[in-house]
Amino acid sequence: MRLAVLSDIHGNYEALEACLEQIAAAGVDGYAFLGDLVGYGPDPGRVVDIISELNARGAIVLKGNHDEAIERGADRMTGIAAEAILWTRIQLNERQKAYLAQLPLTEARDNVMFVHASAARPETWPYVDSTASAVACLAASGTRLTLCGHTHLPRLFHQLPGRSVEDFVPVANRKVPFSSARRYLGVLGAVGQPRDRDPRACWVLLEPDGLTYFRVGYDFDATMRKIKAAGLPEWLGTRLATGR
Amino acid sequence: MIDSPRVLAPGLEIDQFRLKERIFTGGMGSIWRVDLTDDSTLSTGGSEIILKIPFISAGSDVAAIVAFEIEEMIMKRLYGPHVPKVYATGDLSKIPYIAMEFVEGAPLSSMLLGVPVSPEEVLRVGRLMTRAVADIHRQHVIHLDLKPANIIMAKRGAVLIDFGLARHDELPDLMGEETRLPVGSAAYMAPEQTVGDRSQPSSDLFAIGAILFELASGVVPFGVPVTTHGLKQRMDIDLATLTPKLSVLPPGLAEIILRCLEPKPENRYPTADQLLFDLNHPDRVVPTERLTRRPKRWLERLGNWWAKPPPEPRRKQGNMAQHLALAPVILAAVDLSHGSDQLAESVRLYVRRALEAEPFARLACVTVLKSKVIGEDPLHDSEGRSAYHGRLVALKEWARPLASDDDTISYHVLEGVDAGATILDYVVNNSIDHIVMGARSSSTLRRHLGSVSSKVVAGAPCTVTVVRLRAGGETDQSELPEEAESP
Repeated sequence: MRLAVLSDIHGNYEALEACLEQIAAAGVDGYAFLGDLVGYGPDPGRVVDIISELNARGAIVLKGNHDEAIERGADRMTGIAAEAILWTRIQLNERQKAYLAQLPLTEARDNVMFVHASAARPETWPYVDSTASAVACLAASGTRLTLCGHTHLPRLFHQLPGRSVEDFVPVANRKVPFSSARRYLGVLGAVGQPRDRDPRACWVLLEPDGLTYFRVGYDFDATMRKIKAAGLPEWLGTRLATGR
Repeated sequence: MIDSPRVLAPGLEIDQFRLKERIFTGGMGSIWRVDLTDDSTLSTGGSEIILKIPFISAGSDVAAIVAFEIEEMIMKRLYGPHVPKVYATGDLSKIPYIAMEFVEGAPLSSMLLGVPVSPEEVLRVGRLMTRAVADIHRQHVIHLDLKPANIIMAKRGAVLIDFGLARHDELPDLMGEETRLPVGSAAYMAPEQTVGDRSQPSSDLFAIGAILFELASGVVPFGVPVTTHGLKQRMDIDLATLTPKLSVLPPGLAEIILRCLEPKPENRYPTADQLLFDLNHPDRVVPTERLTRRPKRWLERLGNWWAKPPPEPRRKQGNMAQHLALAPVILAAVDLSHGSDQLAESVRLYVRRALEAEPFARLACVTVLKSKVIGEDPLHDSEGRSAYHGRLVALKEWARPLASDDDTISYHVLEGVDAGATILDYVVNNSIDHIVMGARSSSTLRRHLGSVSSKVVAGAPCTVTVVRLRAGGETDQSELPEEAESP
């Protein structure tokens, strides 16, 4: 079973398209989208349509905090994020909004837990960005592998039973083999708004024997032009060029 | 999981292997010669197979599990003549094992019975070891437990075994923070390893230095401390205290060994390839103040200790490829048979650009002196010697504008019938990363015979920059026949 896992697409059609092309070339048996389909980016409707279509054909699709904010409001978000949510809400039609509203927070399959933020109280959207938060997430998931997103920073935590949780920054396109003695917690990089100073879109290939963090270059100039044309905050475009 | 090593006995079948004879038992596991079972589909090309089986049971030391995980992960990814070939591995959740090629040869530890050995032998062993280490470094792996028992001197070169403490710089370090105490062999362990830094390729160069020191002097440089405190003392070691034990060696070799043993990684050779280069040319190694320093008095040492902040383990990731790229060995092959002409000057310009881009590069300048008849050695008659020295002077003169310090530049007049083949030989033996050489403008005759540069480009295992003058810039040379061209 080869599964393509993507997170934090954030309405970036160009980045999603580049990932899907590479995934099609690699050949996979299924897809999982770990939430934040919309927010920040200029193509929320188009992205929702593509992903809901894959969902109808069996893909796992989860809800992120930006997807939730479409329905519940952006009062817990910072200025630029909240501004983008207000804009996005106008762009989406009723069907697309209803689709986002019904998405689940978690899904577990074959000893793998999928979640947007953390398996520990996922509805409160905690970040897995430290050893302590990884410990909490691993304790709550109970599965051998947990995959999440939300931070936009690729990380791979691993742990031998009864030992401390170890932290690793995955190297692009280099498969990390699983050891059957360990548990793993993979935090995905973002498809649509990378923040680890690598502007390339990130997706992850899950295979029975390991995990590969792929990075794909895409036409972020096109996305930047659309962000500007849409009247969204300009920083949402310029950050794409540097991956910050 | 196997719950006790007693279960293992000749005749027992594990997957496609049948245990034949136990050849080693240690603290962490045992090693067995095995046969393939009748239904095995494995093709081993006739080489004998051994199974390395860790002792792992409920409540067993986590170090054994981690060592197996690391060795399995890393050995499966290494290839080439300097590591045993791995045929299969058994999963930790079932019966863990690594099935690998049995490497014919003697461990380097068996040589230690005859120490000290001659300087020539120290150099020979050093070259073999360093070549093997350079190869695994190129594959992103640091061994971190090099010692004579882990180096097999085989027909095909040195073969490194036991990767249970190794590190792959693009994969997670399975040696957890809490187990990251000084692990490794006390006699050969680099200072930075004693504080848990597992990210330095030059930790392996330190171990090579310690082994060469032992081969040359008969004793290990820092003794075999048994406490962590004792181990950490090598961070403050004064190299001057080691020099007397190397006084019988040629100064070049002593300098090489001491440079490997520098307490700070950045003061050692930047890469294994650069160490190999010096081991290939010990006579060209310029002794530095390493050999002449006097030991510090106790008050000076105290001052050092006082001023030094506590060492911080450095954590770096993914730096090996960049590191190797920053410290290449560059070969400038220049044709001085017509003196330093326009083409030679142009070659120098491109060499300068390569050096400016790569701050830790070292430069080998070569020129080929053609011997006319196979078997005749012109260096042995006075005319030959004078030709050799004349060319060496010309080469140094050509390179003078490039020279910054004597440490990083060397000069070699090679001799051979076929200039291209001579250069290629040199490139292979010295792990050259980048060749810069000139090509004469095209002529009918040269197209027909094939030029030196095209031969080098076709055969070189590395990057080649071919410098050619724009057409018209070299009319007087372009009609020279192939025989006249000898970089």
